[in-house]
Amino acid sequence: MEFETVIGLEIHAQLKTASKIFCGCSTEFGAPPNTHTCPVCQGMPGVLPVLNRKVVEFAIRMGLATEATINRSNQFARKNYFYPDLPKGYQTSQYDKPIIEHGQVEIEVDGATRIIGITRMHMEEDAGKLVHDEREPVSYVDLNRTGTPLLEIVSEPDMRSPQEATAYLKKIHAILRYLDICDGNMQEGSFRCDANISLRPVGQKEFGTRTELKNMNSFRNVQAALEYEIRRQRDLLLDGGKVVQQTLLWNPDTGRTEPMRGKEDAHDYRYFPCPDLVPVELDDEWIEAIRATLPELPDARKKRFIAEYGLPLYDAGILTGERELADYFELAVNSGADPKKVSNWIMTELMRELKGEAIGTCRISAQQLAQLLLLIEKGTISGKIAKTVFQIMFETGKDPEIIVREKNLVQVSDVGEIMTVVQQLLEQHPDQARELREGKEKLMGFFVGQLMKQMKGKANPAMANELFRKAIFGDEQQ
Amino acid sequence: MKISRAEVEHVAHLARLHLTEGELSIMTEQLDLILAYVEKLQELDTNGLPPTTHAISVCNAFREDRVLPSLAQDVALSCSSRHNEEMFQVPRII
Repeated sequence: MEFETVIGLEIHAQLKTASKIFCGCSTEFGAPPNTHTCPVCQGMPGVLPVLNRKVVEFAIRMGLATEATINRSNQFARKNYFYPDLPKGYQTSQYDKPIIEHGQVEIEVDGATRIIGITRMHMEEDAGKLVHDEREPVSYVDLNRTGTPLLEIVSEPDMRSPQEATAYLKKIHAILRYLDICDGNMQEGSFRCDANISLRPVGQKEFGTRTELKNMNSFRNVQAALEYEIRRQRDLLLDGGKVVQQTLLWNPDTGRTEPMRGKEDAHDYRYFPCPDLVPVELDDEWIEAIRATLPELPDARKKRFIAEYGLPLYDAGILTGERELADYFELAVNSGADPKKVSNWIMTELMRELKGEAIGTCRISAQQLAQLLLLIEKGTISGKIAKTVFQIMFETGKDPEIIVREKNLVQVSDVGEIMTVVQQLLEQHPDQARELREGKEKLMGFFVGQLMKQMKGKANPAMANELFRKAIFGDEQQ
Repeated sequence: MKISRAEVEHVAHLARLHLTEGELSIMTEQLDLILAYVEKLQELDTNGLPPTTHAISVCNAFREDRVLPSLAQDVALSCSSRHNEEMFQVPRII
C-alpha cells in the first residue's frame, strides 16, 4: 500500500529583545543560574506583569512578512500545568485570540514551488531550564530563561515530505533572521521545532493518527527524525498495527524516536483569559509604521539576484538563504568583482572551507574576496594560484595582495621566461612533441601541465598555451 | 447537580490537592452552590453584547524594552526550601 505523509510543524522562536516579555530582567544567554530573575518572572503572588512593546512589534513584523492577518484585537491567556520549570503554575500565552493568523510562505523542493499555510502565531513566555541530577532523584532549576519572549508559529498540516518540512523550517528561519527578530540559534534553543506527523493511504481524505516529535535541535535532526518516524509508522501500518497518538523524543545518538516518559496524563490546560494583562488593540497606524521598516525578504532578494546578477536559481536560493551570506555576496559585488565569479567562489571554495559555520566567522571579508577575484581578472595571479592564496586568506585573514607579494606568487607573463621553459620541455619530451605536431591536441594539456608544475603554477596559462603553439607550429597558424 | 464528585476529584488532581473523602463531599456541595449562584448570570439577555474578559476598559499597557536590575542570586533563591546556592532543587519529575 502506498502512503502519503502529512507533516505540520510548531516552531518556537525566541524573540531578540533585551528584556523579558513581562518584566525588565535581561534575556542574555549564558548568565550564571538565577541571576536574571525578579518577583514577576519568579511568579511571586501579587506582582503585575506588563507587556514588552517590542514583543508585539516583532510579532507584527513576522505577520506582515508572511502575508498574515494581524488580529487588531488580541489577548493573553493562562495555560495551566504543573512543571518545575514553570514557577507560576501556568504559562502566559495566547489561546483563542492570537495576534497573528492565516499566514503563508513559499517553499521550493526539487524545483517545485509550494505554498505552506501558517495557522497562527502567538506571543508567549518561555519556561526555565531543568538540569537532572545523574544520581539523585533531584532536578535543578534555573529561572533565567523564564519569561523570555517566544513567538510560537504553527503551520497547517501542509507538508508532504521531510524535505518539504526542512524547506519550510529553513524559510521561517531565514525570514526571522532577515527581520532581525530572532537569532535562530538551534543549539542554544532560540529556534526550536516540534513536528506532528501521520501517514494515510494515498487517496484517503482523513488524516491518520499522528505522533508528535520533539527534541530535534538541528535542521539535519529534523529531517532524520521525520524520515525515521515515516519508516516506523509505515512498518507498523503494513503489519496491520495501529499508530498510537503520543509524544516521541528524537534520540540523535541512536537515530530513533522514543516515547517520552512521564507526561502520560491527557493534557487539560484549562485556558482562561489572563486577568493581569489587558487586551492588546492594534491600530493601522502602528501596523503601517512597522510595514514601512520591513527589509527586503528572502524570496524578493532571490528574484532580484537572478534578475540583477544573472545567477542561476539554485545559487540565488543558497545565497539568499541567510541574510548575512546575501549581504556578503552583495558587498563583494559592490567592491567591484564579477557577480557570477563571486557566487562561484562563495558556493564552492568558501562554503567548503566554512564547513557549515556561519559566514560571520569567516576571516576573509567580502572586500578581500573581491580583491582576490580582481587580481585574477587583471592577470596578476592565475586562477590556480588564487586558490592557494584563498587558503592562506582563510587561515590568516590577510589581504590577497600582501600574500601574493610575500609568497612571490605574481603570475609570470614574461614571454622570454615562459618560452625558455617551453623549449626545455619540448626537448625533454621529443615523442610527445612530435605527436602534438601531428595533431594530437590532447597533449597540449600535458605540456601546459608540465610547465605549470615547473613554474609552480605561476605562469600565465593563456600565454603558455600560445607559446607552445608557436614553438610547435611556428607562425604559420597565426 | 451542577458538578459531579468525579469532576471535583479531577480538578483537585489537576491542582495537586489531596482531599479526604469528607473534604471531597464538602467541596462538591459548596462548588455546586457557587456554580448555581453564578448561573444566575445566564438569565441576562446578552445578545448583541461583545464578550468581555476584563472588568476595566483599559488596553495596551506596555513597557519599553529596557533591562532593569534583577534580584541577586542569593536573594532570588532565598524563598526556596531547597537550593544548592545556584539553582533551586526540586524532586525529579521525569
